[in-house]
Amino acid sequence: MTVSSLSPSDSNSCLRAPRPLRASERRRVETLRSAPLRRSRTARIMRGSARSHGTQERDKCVCMTNCPTLIVTVGLPARGKTYISKKLTRYLNWIGVPTKEFNVGQYRRDCVKIYKSFEFFRPDNEEGLKIRKQCASAALNDVQQYLGEEGGQVAVFDATNTTRERRETIVRFAEQNGYKVFFVESVCEDPDVIAENIVQVKLGSPDYTDCNTDEAIEDFMKRIKCYENSYQTLDEDLDRELSFIKIIDVGRRYLVNRVLDHIQSRIVYYLMNIHITPRSIYLCRHGESDLNVKGRIGGDSGLSLRGKEFARYLAKFIQDQNIKDLKVWTSQMKRTIQTAEALSVPYEQWKALNEIDAGVCEEMMYEEIQENYPLEFALRDQDKYRYRYPKGESYEDLVQRLEPVIMELERQENVLVICHQAVMRCLLAYFLDKSADELPYLKCPLHTVLKLTPVAYGCKVESISLNVDAVNTHRDKPENVNIHRSSEDALQTVPPHL
Amino acid sequence: MPSSWNSFPKYKEGGSLSALLSSSPTSGVMLVKICMTNCPTLIVTVGLPARGKTYISKKLTRYLNWIGVPTKEFNVGQYRRKCVKTYKSFEFFRPDNEEGLKIRRQCALAALGDVQRYLRDEGGQVAVFDATNTTRERRGTIMSFAQQNGYKVFFVESVCEDPDVIAENIVQVKLSSPDYIHCDTDKAVEDFMKRIKCYENSYEPLDEILDGGLSFIKIMDVGRRYLVNRVQDHIQSRIVYYLMNIHITPRSIYLCRHGESDLNVKGRIGGDSGLSVRGKEFAECLGKFIRDQSINELKVWTSQMKRTIQTAEALSVPYEQWKALNEIDAGVCEEMTYEEIQENYPLEFALRDQDKYRYRYPKGESYEDLVQRLEPVIMELERQENVLVICHQAVMRCLLAYFLDKPAEELPYLKCPLHTVLKLTPVAYGCKIEYISLNVEAVDTHRAKPEVGTFRVSSGMLNLSWCLQIKKMSSRPLVVDLCHY
Repeated sequence: MTVSSLSPSDSNSCLRAPRPLRASERRRVETLRSAPLRRSRTARIMRGSARSHGTQERDKCVCMTNCPTLIVTVGLPARGKTYISKKLTRYLNWIGVPTKEFNVGQYRRDCVKIYKSFEFFRPDNEEGLKIRKQCASAALNDVQQYLGEEGGQVAVFDATNTTRERRETIVRFAEQNGYKVFFVESVCEDPDVIAENIVQVKLGSPDYTDCNTDEAIEDFMKRIKCYENSYQTLDEDLDRELSFIKIIDVGRRYLVNRVLDHIQSRIVYYLMNIHITPRSIYLCRHGESDLNVKGRIGGDSGLSLRGKEFARYLAKFIQDQNIKDLKVWTSQMKRTIQTAEALSVPYEQWKALNEIDAGVCEEMMYEEIQENYPLEFALRDQDKYRYRYPKGESYEDLVQRLEPVIMELERQENVLVICHQAVMRCLLAYFLDKSADELPYLKCPLHTVLKLTPVAYGCKVESISLNVDAVNTHRDKPENVNIHRSSEDALQTVPPHL
Repeated sequence: MPSSWNSFPKYKEGGSLSALLSSSPTSGVMLVKICMTNCPTLIVTVGLPARGKTYISKKLTRYLNWIGVPTKEFNVGQYRRKCVKTYKSFEFFRPDNEEGLKIRRQCALAALGDVQRYLRDEGGQVAVFDATNTTRERRGTIMSFAQQNGYKVFFVESVCEDPDVIAENIVQVKLSSPDYIHCDTDKAVEDFMKRIKCYENSYEPLDEILDGGLSFIKIMDVGRRYLVNRVQDHIQSRIVYYLMNIHITPRSIYLCRHGESDLNVKGRIGGDSGLSVRGKEFAECLGKFIRDQSINELKVWTSQMKRTIQTAEALSVPYEQWKALNEIDAGVCEEMTYEEIQENYPLEFALRDQDKYRYRYPKGESYEDLVQRLEPVIMELERQENVLVICHQAVMRCLLAYFLDKPAEELPYLKCPLHTVLKLTPVAYGCKIEYISLNVEAVDTHRAKPEVGTFRVSSGMLNLSWCLQIKKMSSRPLVVDLCHY
């Protein structure tokens, strides 16, 4: 049974003599300390046992349900392996599975400072082969460290891994360490897709900073050729004992073999839902609400006058943008629905997009929370991501609730999501790969639209303010988060309101 | 028509396109209807006999209905049995049996006619056309039919050559089929094997290249391997995910509620109280029961509420807590007795009785919300083998409704008494259920459906705004019965 990470730390000294905790508060602190905040599905905190520490012996470690997973990419250059690795890593981290990617190309760049030409990758280049093998080993060592000592649960080993021999080496490495292996192969022969790939991510690579476009493309195509002859694709029969997904033609077709457990099943589901069709996602909050104006959190109030004005401006903005086949999503709360109504287009309501439930603190002002629940208020500031309002939710719960929304956003193309502050922070953290510590403090002001456009390995963000005034609802983390702090210290960062 | 799928967003009626689709007539002309996002889906099974097509059809239908997608299966074998009253032998299926071929074709067309009726007139969203469909020609016919009607087609093929799996299949579902009621086991098996042979020669499995334009999933060796081609939309993606998570390994699922809690004893709903003395006794008995059952690698799941956790603690085995298994949130009515709810929220109370499945407590949840919340639990239950789920009344009703294929109207009234373990064992096309009472007394928390439509209110409370609220929230007429308290 694990212990939750919430503990009233006294890292911050308090200015006054601490008042003794009331009995109920003491019990609350104890509950928070001892209640195992066990993740429901993925991140397992109990780790598998008996792991050999990389001995010479070919030990086969018994794979427990919760043993780490090693995802291994397979494919020729420019097939989207790194794109998939980074996206998968971002998704797994967001749902709470500690994941890290290890790009062997990076190791090679660190080792061979300057890239000269494709000749390095020629199959008869002994020196090149030696260096590349060393880089792969170095990466695997780091994988071992991450999964063994740094609390990692999944490692993504991103390299071409195009030969059966190289893959066998990796499988042996995994067996020795008690990891489960899952291969993700990308197979694509469409020249347009490959060309677009090269333009988007290779031309900007450190390997080609000093080349002009044509030279770079020519060199890269020759690089691909170096791998083609020895490429042994994953085969249904020869590799039938391995667990893998083969992605064919950017998702037109998939071959899935021997999915072993929950995490692999989730990975497969995710990979089958992503696409690379260009599109944009627009995120914004509802217009300013009556409760916003009063400085109260939660509730289900309607729009204020300025909020209604924003809704009209939003409608005009959307029209001007001339977005193809835009889908509009809202929550099931009045303020987002009223905002969408002003757009005069069909929209869909998701209960999952409802604002975080503040439980006993619903519709309170921060001042009232400090007065009635000072302990809760402080605990929340200590760990805003995991803290759960009594009878309410935490950001961590929100992320779990929003996972189907993210999955559907991945499937869709142009979407406008009209939601709420905490919800928008969670969605934004997914797209911009923000950690759990940063997530609850992301700035999502009212009356501002964020336009996210996937590009290369990440997301371009444009912040568009629609120039309608609104209250500020952003509350930064105060300096003093000690449970014995003064009201003044607690309310230091509360934004002004009526 | 707007589809309100449970974990999918609720559609607000969008523009005139949906109206267009539902009103245009299906004439003799080969109209190709444009497939809009919400057009119905026709799932078509493909495979030799005894490959699990009907098992998959029924399971998929059950799952889709549970998550709120109106689905119905159409088994062509059933149509054939109605047409040809008595089954004589495999000869009926011989490829050179003209009479047989004619009848089988008629049956397929009859089934397709019913599919059309279901999807067009009866509010269906998905139809599962369960037959062998082993030739490209037959599949072509179905594709034309679908195109004429504006349906999306998704093929589900099951390919298996493992003789043990096929034998087990025959034993489980074929021997007891109406076709073989009067045969002894050996004769039945022999006849069925010959029946399979009749199809083998003309079997054209879905091919990556030749059928590259179709949307399908090919399931190989009961889930060892899958080939997925051209998934078009959300529902197909969900179907694929579901099919990739189910298995046929024998196992049992044990469902029970937490031990009796302090609030249970007081007749109060919701809250987060601990176990009563009898509840603790139940937990001990449950521990003993589990040990006696000697279950292979049992997983134990609880919610994140005290009463389930305390129950699990008594088992002294590792367990996992799911927030998704928490009891339904009764919002403003949390920790009230039913009497208090009647006193404070008589309107809400009556509306809930009118439509207990969809009714949402103010600031709380509905059973419909619960199902959406529980879907990941169901998906994981499908992946797992032996599991004991210690949960709550409303939650257990939802899970039970999934396994026993109960519709939304019955779900909120399923009997899930305290201190009783339900053992569910998948068998043939359904689930065997055993009720095991652990003989520890407890209060009864089951509230049956009262006479619907009567809304008792003291004369002073009825006012215009309430009437408007009733009108808005209830689609059925509400009988207002004034009485004095």
